[in-house]
Amino acid sequence: MEEMNINEMKEMVLKYVIKEYIDDDDVTITYETPLISSGYVDSFSMVSLLVFLENKFKIKIPPSKATPEAFDSVNSIVALVNQYLEK
Amino acid sequence: MYDSYRDHLAIQLEEIREAGLYKNERVIVSPQGAEITISTGQKVLNFCANNYLGLSANRKLVEAAKEALDTHGYGMSSVRFICGTGDLHKELERKLADFFGTEDTILYAACFDANGGVFEPLLTSEDAIISDSLNHASIIDGVRLCKANRYRYENADMDDLESQLQLAQQHRFRLIVTDGVFSMDGNVAPLGRIYELANKYNAMVMVDESHSAGVVGETGRGVTELYNLKGKIEIITGTLGKAFGGAIGGFTTGKKEIIEMLRQRSRPYLFSNSIPPLVAAAGIKMVEMMTETNELQDKLHHNTKYFMERMLKAGFDIKPTQSAICAVMLYDAKLSQEMAVRLLKEGIYVIGFYYPVVPKDKARIRVQLSAAHETEHLDKAIAAFTKVGKELGVLK
Amino acid sequence: MSFPESIRSIYQAQLADIQHAGIFKEERFIHSAQSADIEVEFPSGSELKKVINMCANNYLGLSSHPDVIKAAHEGLETRGYGMSSVRFICGTQDIHRELENRVTEFLGTEDTILFPSCMDANAGVFEAILTSEDVMISDRLVHASIIDGMRLCSAQHDTFKHSSMEHLEEKLLLHADKRLKLVITDGVFSMDGDTARLDRMVELCEKYGAMLLVDDSHATGFIGKTGRGTHEYCGVFGKIDIITTTFGKALGGASGGCVSGRREIVEMCRQKARPYLFSNTIAPVIVSGVLKVFDILSANTERRDKLEKNAAYWRKGLTEAGFVLREGNTPIVPVMLFNAKLSQDFSKDLYREGIYAIGFFFPVVPNGQARIRTQISAGHEIHHLDRALDAFIRVGKKYGILGLTKDQIIEKHGL
Repeated sequence: MEEMNINEMKEMVLKYVIKEYIDDDDVTITYETPLISSGYVDSFSMVSLLVFLENKFKIKIPPSKATPEAFDSVNSIVALVNQYLEK
Repeated sequence: MYDSYRDHLAIQLEEIREAGLYKNERVIVSPQGAEITISTGQKVLNFCANNYLGLSANRKLVEAAKEALDTHGYGMSSVRFICGTGDLHKELERKLADFFGTEDTILYAACFDANGGVFEPLLTSEDAIISDSLNHASIIDGVRLCKANRYRYENADMDDLESQLQLAQQHRFRLIVTDGVFSMDGNVAPLGRIYELANKYNAMVMVDESHSAGVVGETGRGVTELYNLKGKIEIITGTLGKAFGGAIGGFTTGKKEIIEMLRQRSRPYLFSNSIPPLVAAAGIKMVEMMTETNELQDKLHHNTKYFMERMLKAGFDIKPTQSAICAVMLYDAKLSQEMAVRLLKEGIYVIGFYYPVVPKDKARIRVQLSAAHETEHLDKAIAAFTKVGKELGVLK
Repeated sequence: MSFPESIRSIYQAQLADIQHAGIFKEERFIHSAQSADIEVEFPSGSELKKVINMCANNYLGLSSHPDVIKAAHEGLETRGYGMSSVRFICGTQDIHRELENRVTEFLGTEDTILFPSCMDANAGVFEAILTSEDVMISDRLVHASIIDGMRLCSAQHDTFKHSSMEHLEEKLLLHADKRLKLVITDGVFSMDGDTARLDRMVELCEKYGAMLLVDDSHATGFIGKTGRGTHEYCGVFGKIDIITTTFGKALGGASGGCVSGRREIVEMCRQKARPYLFSNTIAPVIVSGVLKVFDILSANTERRDKLEKNAAYWRKGLTEAGFVLREGNTPIVPVMLFNAKLSQDFSKDLYREGIYAIGFFFPVVPNGQARIRTQISAGHEIHHLDRALDAFIRVGKKYGILGLTKDQIIEKHGL
């Protein structure tokens, strides 16, 4: 995992988000797009994203940190992942 | 799949039975009233309904409901904001606001829903809810659905409330939440003191008047009347399912903007039918009756006083109260059940409550008085209590 | 603090925001009984207007059926008005048990428990039967009341893409290690009018050892050959573990709901479901009315057959006129407009034409999928539908959307 740079990580998370949550071809999601606060991802569905991140990056994110705010964009998700990668 | 789950549930149900907590339902075949008929054919005097004003089978309410059936049909088949709002809903909302001296009212399918839907639209994670430890389950569920910070104080303990308010000063808004009358002990919330503390620590107050509306206060306006706080409490919730006719329905009444926000955002209001028109019509009639005369309130107050005085004189241990709930303390769980069974044989229908509904070793029989009771009913109940009390060694 | 101006003004500002966003909900006051023709006061204080109602959940036209009203009258006479008690203290009459048995028989389940509303049934069922060792896997478009019920339950929750059986299967695999798995769906989805693929879902649940809960509020009484619901329509009658449904829509429309299903699950709800334990059940007068509704539905399938015909007629008319509809086979027929403001303007113009139908937009439906949701009833006669269709066509012409595709409408009116 150390090999992967930030942009690669963002691309990987973005791909997963689009595959898992976005059905509508008209919708364009970027790194900044608010996911939960704009209704693309409902907070119940976060659980699969969490499992994906934990498996993919071999990290453990405590439930208290997996908040709708922290998961609200690809950027913030990758920032969160990075905190746990570094440790 | 279901087979393994069936076994799992069967075990759990057995545990509930063994703990003596299994709830069996007694089937009633008559209308609700002072005297009811149960499925065995036995006629008994009912002392365990929330039928405080005796309106559950009141002729005028029945007539009002029947009239509304003819003019407004049976159901609305819609939520309020699509096509489920009738003129009767609007009228009842206004009448309830007048009754409680508040600015506006919003109706719900039940007070359970009013309490379940009041917190989330009004408070956020910046705010705090300070809640009495014995508040009703529906308040607890509403608080669980809200992101505000939670503080809890011991039942009616004003020192504890003050310390919790101090702890909660860091938040944007504070809301103190209390039942008006606590249903198991029948004690009235010390709203006067709560209001003082709310002013001192800059908090809003919410009172659930489910067991106090129609009952407490000289004209039955509830705990806010008892403490001379009419119009001063931000949020009152209440039910049409107890003193006010007993069918279904609940409401939140209070400050105009709060009610308006609930109409926009409160989930049980947005996603469920309101009360049917016939219930709204009976509600309107109920408020009119209670405004015209104080007869029912007076009779309930008289009955409560009469019953309590004689039970105390007979030697029973009774929790002091200004409500219509009379907790006859027996302390022992088994004894409370045995006593209820024997009273039923004497034709008196009451329920014994024990842990976990009430604290351990605080088992009791809860007697609920009603304006439907006549003096002869009360005398019969007191005689039965005295007889069974002596048989079981509760009375010397 | 006796509500100082500081607090009042914060709520006033929030309310103003809602108004600016154009999503302020204004209520229309109906002065008549619910039916195809109603009398409405809107805006508040204005004179009564006679309109055709195209947005009630009065699917079977039973909300003001004379036999139901008569039964309610009799219920009031023989059973009184209220019970003033929860079920397990002194709030159970024999007719409550009778209704529970009727529902069980009608839905083909093992037992039934009544709730004050289906909102309460959904709010109470999950917590009563699942723990933190379990998982709930729900369709992403399930009703708000199910979401609230799941929020109150400590079991894990996950979702699958709307009606995607592949995605559901993925999720069943992902959660294979959980003790209990409960798959949750609406039978008919209220905003789109599409039906869940219950046949496939039953197969998947059997394959992966999961249970299935269906909220059939928009189906009970009229979907399926004899109106038993989505499970009948999908050929899996008797195979659903838990069905929740309402008496507040097709079945008379007054109030009340229930959980119907496996015996032990129902029993567990009776012991543990909080809205059941801590709230009055359905009032006797309402029970009397619903019992009569089941009499009517059991006698013949006339009403649901008429509803099916009406819905097909309405759908055909709109399609031929050139509207974009959501595909479906139910009396819920969404006329797609995509643009939120257009949906509101369209609804207002319809109202002027004497047609009452509401526009829905985000967040009730996804962004960019605003629509007028029409709901057909067995209470509608062909002349109602013809008049409504004329009005739709006139207003559709005004906005120049007839015959346009989705993309063309969006191009013309924006998203």
